Amino acid sequence: MAARNVAMREAIRRALREEMQRDEDVFVMGEEVAHWQGTHRVTRGFLEEFGERRVRDTPISEMAIGGAAVGAAMAGLRPVAEFMTINFAFLALDAIANHAAKVRYFFDGMFKVPLVYRAASGWGNQATASHSHAPEPIFAHFPGIYVGCPSNSLDAYGMLKTSIRDDNPVLFTESIALYPKPSPMPDDLDEDYLIPIGKGDIKREGADVTLVAYARGVDWALQAARLLARDGVEAEVVDLRWLRPLDMELVYKSFKKTNRCVIVEESLPMYSFGGEIAANLQERMFDYMDAPIKRVAAEDVPLPYSKDIELLALPDARKVVEAVKEIL
Amino acid sequence: MASPSKEMLLDWYRQMALIREFEETCHRLYEEKRITGVYLHLYSGHEASGVGSMAALRKSDHVITAYRDHGIALILGMDPKAVMAEMMGKKTGSSGGKGGSMHLASKDHNFWGGYAIVGGHLPLAAGIALEARYRGKDDVTMTYVGDGATNNGYFHESLNMSAIWDLPVVWIIENNGYGMGTEVERASGQIELHRKAEAYGIKSFGRVDAQNALEVYAVALKAVAYAREKGPAVIEHVTYRYRGHGVSDKQYDARDDMSAELKEWVEKREPIKILRDCIKSKYGDVGDILARHEADAERIVAESVAFAEASEMPSTYEDLMRNTYVASELVYKTERSVGAGID
Ligand SMILES: Cc1ncc(C[n+]2csc(CCOP(=O)(O)OP(=O)(O)O)c2C)c(N)n1
Ligand SMILES: [Mg+2]
Repeated sequence: MAARNVAMREAIRRALREEMQRDEDVFVMGEEVAHWQGTHRVTRGFLEEFGERRVRDTPISEMAIGGAAVGAAMAGLRPVAEFMTINFAFLALDAIANHAAKVRYFFDGMFKVPLVYRAASGWGNQATASHSHAPEPIFAHFPGIYVGCPSNSLDAYGMLKTSIRDDNPVLFTESIALYPKPSPMPDDLDEDYLIPIGKGDIKREGADVTLVAYARGVDWALQAARLLARDGVEAEVVDLRWLRPLDMELVYKSFKKTNRCVIVEESLPMYSFGGEIAANLQERMFDYMDAPIKRVAAEDVPLPYSKDIELLALPDARKVVEAVKEIL
Repeated sequence: MASPSKEMLLDWYRQMALIREFEETCHRLYEEKRITGVYLHLYSGHEASGVGSMAALRKSDHVITAYRDHGIALILGMDPKAVMAEMMGKKTGSSGGKGGSMHLASKDHNFWGGYAIVGGHLPLAAGIALEARYRGKDDVTMTYVGDGATNNGYFHESLNMSAIWDLPVVWIIENNGYGMGTEVERASGQIELHRKAEAYGIKSFGRVDAQNALEVYAVALKAVAYAREKGPAVIEHVTYRYRGHGVSDKQYDARDDMSAELKEWVEKREPIKILRDCIKSKYGDVGDILARHEADAERIVAESVAFAEASEMPSTYEDLMRNTYVASELVYKTERSVGAGID
């Protein structure tokens, strides 16, 4: 089947645009999404195509963006609310954790909240401490909301579509570093290409070690796998894609084959994705475990501005390779 | 009302020339990739706003602002070398290279820093002013905030708190017409931004043409006196940013209506020219003094660039980890403790 390389930003834009064309109740709001065509250019051209009713610039009011999305969704619309970057979603954490994730539960199923929060995530380029977060696990902490974090264009396309069509609230993060990155999308892609919420994916097969990752971590894992292959080590790369729900079945299947695991993430190490996966593994796969489970994450420090020490804090393929070598 | 002396006006000129030279140099260095990163928000065009208002402060007063902080730092007298080194992420930078352009600060100057989360510094300002009230001091906290930030919850909560506790804050709203690409009219229901503060019972000193340092100063004097004696005050500075939102947002400069608008501000309301004309009309020919200040600015900034470029980058694991926590004997730590930081 013919395929073409598409930047992740374009894949997300296409999915969002098609969903807006399909369903009149889907609308976007956020800072600079309309007149300025989106800080990350995901909503480029949307104002012209869909008009101000459906493409709404907001003030710099994250609390209200987060909460108004909940109200609009409860009332029957399907908001796609954008946080310019996920760092600013912290200001809306109450609306997300206490209302988006809970109104259905505390009214015992009376309401549904079919919203999507989109947020650009990740760090690098000397963005400095307060603008250098990849805090997906924080949001995945709360039952009542799902969290999706794609690692390539096709996944982003299918995952965003599902997130919009599903009746549950979804926080959807987009790695800033992956926005410009091209990856193949089939030419005859079906507009109903949907990736089920919570379904992971094997991005590379291998029998020697399982690398578990999501979003940008998948890039590092795949690079590491290529480096390891030169030394005859075949790594299997499991892209969980969703932090909630977690496709642990896929991890177990891989682990039963490899008996070794390194978990890779862009986020901080304490109370993390890595901790969660490792805890599940040791509980369910104890008998298959041939070595300690390793984690590769950012250093446990706020991110600095200065370039060299910023790079020092960032996980990368080399650190993944080192971790694998420690448990072979 | 005390009008500024000749010496003061000449000194303002010195400050404004220095800021402009510093900012335009930063802009050039960024283009040349000698300053890197994604955020660099310049104060060009805003000079009179900071210079005129901070002239109303005394040394023990406090200052805090957002990420557009280079000009504020220089006005307070921070060493341009340390500021430029911070832009380049050097060890000799004012924040050791950890903070960069958006996080300048100087304890010695009562400069509590620049902050990158919109509105995030406003409650800090209330807290800094609370310390003064709490301890019975009458030092004022001068707080700069953008027009866009007035739509954020932080702004409203902080202003209200300052009102009920009579905190000695002067809230200066630097209304440059835009928050990134959004015009004030599209972002705020109340477009006379100082009136938002009035709604909380804060004394408003109205709108000021902040391209004119003398007007800024006259109003700031009153507001500072009020805050020192009674409680919070607000001033709205009407100003303009010459270099778009920041270097990573070039698209803002590219918009036709915006470049026409910029041209008009530069031609009609250029703050350095307004001050120069005023000095000349009052004191006749002071051209060589002004020229000397301009030459000094060039020299000082060139020296700061040379200093910064010759300085070392932080590069070790210790450099990275240092100062996450205060080293404390009250913390139980062993070799195996996780997450305690390093001393
Ligand atoms: C809470 C938060 N939301 C969004 C941003 C992104 N952002 C940075 S500056 C800015 C515009 C702020 O405009 P304004 O307050 O008018 O200040 P100016 O840049 O004009 O000085 C935005 C939206 C941020 N840093 N923090
Ligand atoms: Mg502004």
